[in-house]
Amino acid sequence: MYSDKVMNEFKKPKNMGKIENADGIGTVGNPVCGDMLKVYIKVKDNKITDVKVETFGCVSAIATSSKATEMVKGKTIEEALELSKDEVAKELGGLPPIKMHCSVLAIDGIRKSIEDYKKKNKKQ
Amino acid sequence: MEVYLDNAATTPMRKEVFEEMEKYFFQDYGNASSLHLFGQKAFEEKENAREKIAKLLGVKSKEIYFTSGGTESDNLALKGIIQKSNKKKVIVSAIEHPAVLRTAEFLAKQGKKLSVIPVNSEGIIDLNKLKKEIDSDTALVSVMHANNEIGVIQPVKEIAELCMEKNVLFHSDTVQTIGKIKINLKETGIDLASISAHKFNGPKGIGAIYIKEGTPIEPLIHGGGQENKLRSGTENIPGIIGLSKALELSLKNIEEEQKRQEELRNELIKFVLEIPKTRINGTYEKGKRLSNNVNASFYGIEGEALIAFLNEEGVFASTGSACSSKSLKASHVLLALGLSHIWAHGSLRLTFGRQTTKKEINYVKEKLPGIVEKLRKMSSIK
Repeated sequence: MYSDKVMNEFKKPKNMGKIENADGIGTVGNPVCGDMLKVYIKVKDNKITDVKVETFGCVSAIATSSKATEMVKGKTIEEALELSKDEVAKELGGLPPIKMHCSVLAIDGIRKSIEDYKKKNKKQ
Repeated sequence: MEVYLDNAATTPMRKEVFEEMEKYFFQDYGNASSLHLFGQKAFEEKENAREKIAKLLGVKSKEIYFTSGGTESDNLALKGIIQKSNKKKVIVSAIEHPAVLRTAEFLAKQGKKLSVIPVNSEGIIDLNKLKKEIDSDTALVSVMHANNEIGVIQPVKEIAELCMEKNVLFHSDTVQTIGKIKINLKETGIDLASISAHKFNGPKGIGAIYIKEGTPIEPLIHGGGQENKLRSGTENIPGIIGLSKALELSLKNIEEEQKRQEELRNELIKFVLEIPKTRINGTYEKGKRLSNNVNASFYGIEGEALIAFLNEEGVFASTGSACSSKSLKASHVLLALGLSHIWAHGSLRLTFGRQTTKKEINYVKEKLPGIVEKLRKMSSIK
């Protein structure tokens, strides 16, 4: 069902865990659907210097969490916001159609964490 | 190491069963409807097999009909009974196999009435609700003998008595129990029972249905009138031979085998419950659960990921998680027990077979806690 790339990413996922004093946090998903993830980012000079993710979810949710966070690490906020679900899926050698929503979830998590960062920064 | 623990899905066929079937492919390949010697031979062997199966199940030969498997038998029972009946209502339990549930929903779409009876948190049907639901318009009650996901055994004798009292037919999907538990169908009082050979080390693509003599039923498949006009189509002789041999073998030392598996099961259940935030789904009170079934849930992790890591270690299991299903819906059985979605998603089903050894269970014990811990560490749900 899954490509080798997805399986390899799943077996050794990167950026798993949390950042204690994160600059932005984004929680997305819903346990009813079986996927819920929480993205933590550290931002310095408009760049995402560190990103971590906690994922409750299936093989593709874990693989896309890993890949998407890897893809935005070191990028500027604007670049990170441009990352699309298709780019993540492509990097993983494709996802089964029924699992595409997992890559959407990872992207949404990242976007939400950036939103959170922006909101917090405005206040200061 | 490779450990196959998905025997509720299917089982390996026994060599002896294959050997018994072999000549009906190459040598005695006749069509049981033909009048010549080849046909006669096929006919005789088929009837001998039917007699053997009937005897093993405590019923009459003419009450056994061969089908393609459990799903067809379930379809035949529900559709066949309701079509012949002037009553409109079918009652099923909430935890039936999709072969019964989807068929019942299809009938409801066709204008029949459907009532679904809940189960308690242990996985046992609510008999009071069932009693209340049976009315003068009820044609059939269908409640499985043992559930395929959690292995919980339903009180079929009591249900049969209730149905008899109210003059309603009772079908039971006995796919998970026949070949695993000693059953005398006559004594249980069931009117129709579905049988599938590949669940007890027989071949795939063959099954049967027990239909109590005199039960009015319409066929599902029309044609040449085989199986006493109830199931047309050239009989699958090798399959029929395989089914009867597999049933004979599986019932031979069944009590011993059941006891052996029960010990393994209890040991594994005890072990699993030592992992924090873990539960066993469905009762495991003695006699109320199949001896080959462990269904556990691990809080905060998702079943498909768990299965995938177990697969990497050579352990082959299944889950009731939504993510592993085509519909992306969590197991209707686990939800019917009242589990929250998080618990339902974190479910793992391990089902043993005759080939399962203590060594294999020890291997699972060695691998499982580490995988659970790894996934929990990653999880956003703590």
